[in-house]
Amino acid sequence: MIKFFLMVNKQGQTRLSKYYEHVDINKRTLLETEVIKSCLSRSNEQCSFIEYKDFKLIYRQYAALFIVVGVNDTENEMAIYEFIHNFVEVLDEYFSRVVSLMIMFNLDKVHIILDEMVLNGCIVETNRARILAPLLILDKMSES
Amino acid sequence: MVAPSLKLQDLIEEIRGAKTQAQEREVIQKECAHIRASFRDGDPLHRHRQLAKLLYVHMLGYPAHFGQMECLKLIASPRFTDKRVGYLGAMLLLDERQDAHLLITNSIKNDLSQGIQPVQGLALCTLSTMGSAEMCQDLATEVEKLLLQPSPYVRKKAILTAVHIIRKVPELSNIFLPSCAQLLHERHHGVLLGTITLITELCERSPAALRHFRKVVPQLVKILRTLVTTGYSTEHSISGVSDPFLQVQILRLLRILGRNHEESSEAMNDLLAQVATNTDTSRNAGNAVLFETVLTIMDIHSAAGLRVLAVNILGRFLLNSDKNIRYVALMSLLRLVQSDHSAVQRHRPTVVDCLKETDASLSRRALELSLALVNSSNVRAMTRELQAFLESCPIDLRADCASGILLAAERFAPTKRWHMDTILHVLITAGTYVRDDAVANLTQLIAGAQELHAYSVRRLYSALAEDISQQPLVQVAAWCIGEYGDLLLEGNCEETEPLQVEEEEVLALLEKVLQSHMSLPATRGYALTALMKLSTRLRGNNKRIRQVVSIYGSCLDVELQQRAVEYNTLFRKYDHMRAAILEKMPLVERGGPQVGEEAKESKEAAKLSEAAPVPTEPQASKLLDLLDLLDGPSEDAQHPLPLDPSPGGALVQLLDLPCAPPAPAPIPTLKVFEREGVQLNLSFIRPPGTPALLLITVTVTNSSGGDVTHFICQAAVPKVCKDQGLEVAWALQEKRPLSRRGGWERMRWKGMRQALGELWEEGLEPLGVEESSEPSQLPTSCVQSFQLQLQAPSGDTVPAWGGLPITQLFRILNPNKAPLRLKLRLTYNHFGQPVQEIFEVNNVPVETWQ
Repeated sequence: MIKFFLMVNKQGQTRLSKYYEHVDINKRTLLETEVIKSCLSRSNEQCSFIEYKDFKLIYRQYAALFIVVGVNDTENEMAIYEFIHNFVEVLDEYFSRVVSLMIMFNLDKVHIILDEMVLNGCIVETNRARILAPLLILDKMSES
Repeated sequence: MVAPSLKLQDLIEEIRGAKTQAQEREVIQKECAHIRASFRDGDPLHRHRQLAKLLYVHMLGYPAHFGQMECLKLIASPRFTDKRVGYLGAMLLLDERQDAHLLITNSIKNDLSQGIQPVQGLALCTLSTMGSAEMCQDLATEVEKLLLQPSPYVRKKAILTAVHIIRKVPELSNIFLPSCAQLLHERHHGVLLGTITLITELCERSPAALRHFRKVVPQLVKILRTLVTTGYSTEHSISGVSDPFLQVQILRLLRILGRNHEESSEAMNDLLAQVATNTDTSRNAGNAVLFETVLTIMDIHSAAGLRVLAVNILGRFLLNSDKNIRYVALMSLLRLVQSDHSAVQRHRPTVVDCLKETDASLSRRALELSLALVNSSNVRAMTRELQAFLESCPIDLRADCASGILLAAERFAPTKRWHMDTILHVLITAGTYVRDDAVANLTQLIAGAQELHAYSVRRLYSALAEDISQQPLVQVAAWCIGEYGDLLLEGNCEETEPLQVEEEEVLALLEKVLQSHMSLPATRGYALTALMKLSTRLRGNNKRIRQVVSIYGSCLDVELQQRAVEYNTLFRKYDHMRAAILEKMPLVERGGPQVGEEAKESKEAAKLSEAAPVPTEPQASKLLDLLDLLDGPSEDAQHPLPLDPSPGGALVQLLDLPCAPPAPAPIPTLKVFEREGVQLNLSFIRPPGTPALLLITVTVTNSSGGDVTHFICQAAVPKVCKDQGLEVAWALQEKRPLSRRGGWERMRWKGMRQALGELWEEGLEPLGVEESSEPSQLPTSCVQSFQLQLQAPSGDTVPAWGGLPITQLFRILNPNKAPLRLKLRLTYNHFGQPVQEIFEVNNVPVETWQ
């Protein structure tokens, strides 16, 4: 089960955070700083899976943004690794060539996309068209 | 409101524009004040915007709890944008522990039954993220209705919400069971994915569901086969593999269904082979599927060929250049090593290579796997590699590596000398990271290996001369030098280079250890005792030693001071006894000499009890370990607190220390059992401060020619039922010796029913028990007259010919001062035969309970 999903930039600022298991707010900032520290300290040739307390962290770096997913023992790490890439591809299609600024300014849309893909820590949909369908309808509605 | 509210974008711009942390906080606080004012005014138009800003601020880590009620208002509003932000806010801000979360239950219920798909989707999403147990119970029926809706959009969400409900309230799982089978026939991958997850969750929770779902294995196999064999389909393929996420989930479910079940495993075999061979491994997605396949093969009852295939795949992964793949390969090999040891051994060289990785995750896995792969044939090579690793590894792995090496050395050491060398090397390189009992192990090992005394003392001396900072090393070295100092000075030993050591050098070294600020108090204690022992071993005069000892008589550390004062007294008043007291410690000796005066025994016991250094857990058994070095029970100084300074009655009189507390009158020892040379003695102490407490030390000695192994002692005390005046039952207690490997075992207290059941089986009649069908429930008026507590015994083996006895401490609380009765049950193996003895001890001396 996915415990949390974070997008953090290189300076340690959180761009997106979604927790699927309750963590106290003051513990969250601590968690995020520790996680990003351990991810930043790794070089390119090192493995993308880190063990942190009782989670496993799977991270991927895209330019200046780190996407970190914390899972428990039962998940297949490589599937999650692939899932992160899937997520980025969906964002790419929606925003047409996404950059981290776009994510920041459209945080609510990114949340919607993430909610379409992951429900309660389980992956529910990975097909790009189907994920973006409700969002496109929503956009059309708000324009009109 | 003075100024129109900022849009979310603008707020983000402002925050980004802030140069310092303080500026950012200012901006945010100003904005929060606006938001709060706006909430108070109740402006409906811009509420969602305010909440959106609040959520952003919350993500940055600032408090946002005042937005909770606004979430509710927004959820209740008919506009979709409002609802969207409201639900998002609910997911982020509310959770089970807030009281407000129950208020949205009604809104969710309305939204779920309304039939507008996006709204239903939102509601389901929120429910599945933060639904508490009460909410789930209320809304479970609604969710179940939605499971059968025609629209797949809602269905897939409803299924995963069902998963959440089951996690929170397992009793509701029956509601969702029937729909599962039907949902499996879906073609929509999203729904399928959800269904598989649901079934997985159901199977993990209840074995009944597991059996029920074994029927669907053929269907799952069919689905997976279609996935694997269909060609490229644009909809679901990710880098050439069609829907790897679904494949992985199906494989995981198959794993759970096939575990320990022959039939299902048979059905899966072909499919697994097919998946394993057909998957394209050039991209990560393919590797993910392959990895899951390997895990499944390992867990079910697969054919032998399939397992070999799995190990080969893992071997291929290990040689892959991608670090991620190597990591998962190492992890799975670790799981495999228990069952298919020989197959994994083939990959040992690659695993050892991985030790040299710079990546911390990889090297940790490689370390664990290497330690698991050590066996008697490759122990020397592996230890060499591991020692090289120990020197260069990161600090957090050192402790594990050191203890791993020591453990492996213990299990597979080809010769004692090699064992000693290995331990010594580990202590020198990573001394500060070894576990506390390494010192005790090493001292016992050295003491046991007679032929190695000279060699070990020499090596330890040279190691100590180089470096006195590693505490365990210093402790062992000090002890050794103290014990075998005479061998050190002899100067000739064929196994090391000839080392000419002068007495003065030895004394200087020990003094250096004593004075160094790096030494722990325990280490200083060791050094002082060693100096004292040397006073008998060395031939020179003892002036220097006496000087040091008298200096420490005024040391600030109480422990050291007390030792020094006692040693001083030993020099002054009891010089004639000094040699006898400071003799070499006996460990395992044939027909060991019974030291005549009990006073001397207890003095050594007192010394040894003070020599018990770092308090490891449990202190009592370690103390008794050391006390066991003396043959026969010793009466005094049996108090379990090792830091107790006053050693006991007779001793106090001997040393004539004025400040000793009045000693309790010693109670005679009781011999309770003797059979073929195996003897059980009980010795009693009643500590003066607690009259209700009685401490019994059980000592098992063996003077026969055969070893006693697997010794277990169980004890029972009567519990009296007050109004019937009957004894209802015996409360049986047992505690096994602690084993060092694999963590500490602790036996929990057996429940009444079990205890009674066992007693009845053995024929120990519980006296006067009523014919009740529920023997596990004591009549409530029962009063416990005794409370018995066992501590772990020092071991479970007594070697032959007066070998190291086993001791175990019983604590009995007897507040009513009732006559003490004790039933003991012994089981052990002697001369190859199992022996079981049950007897009651009822002739205990009167002083134990009055």
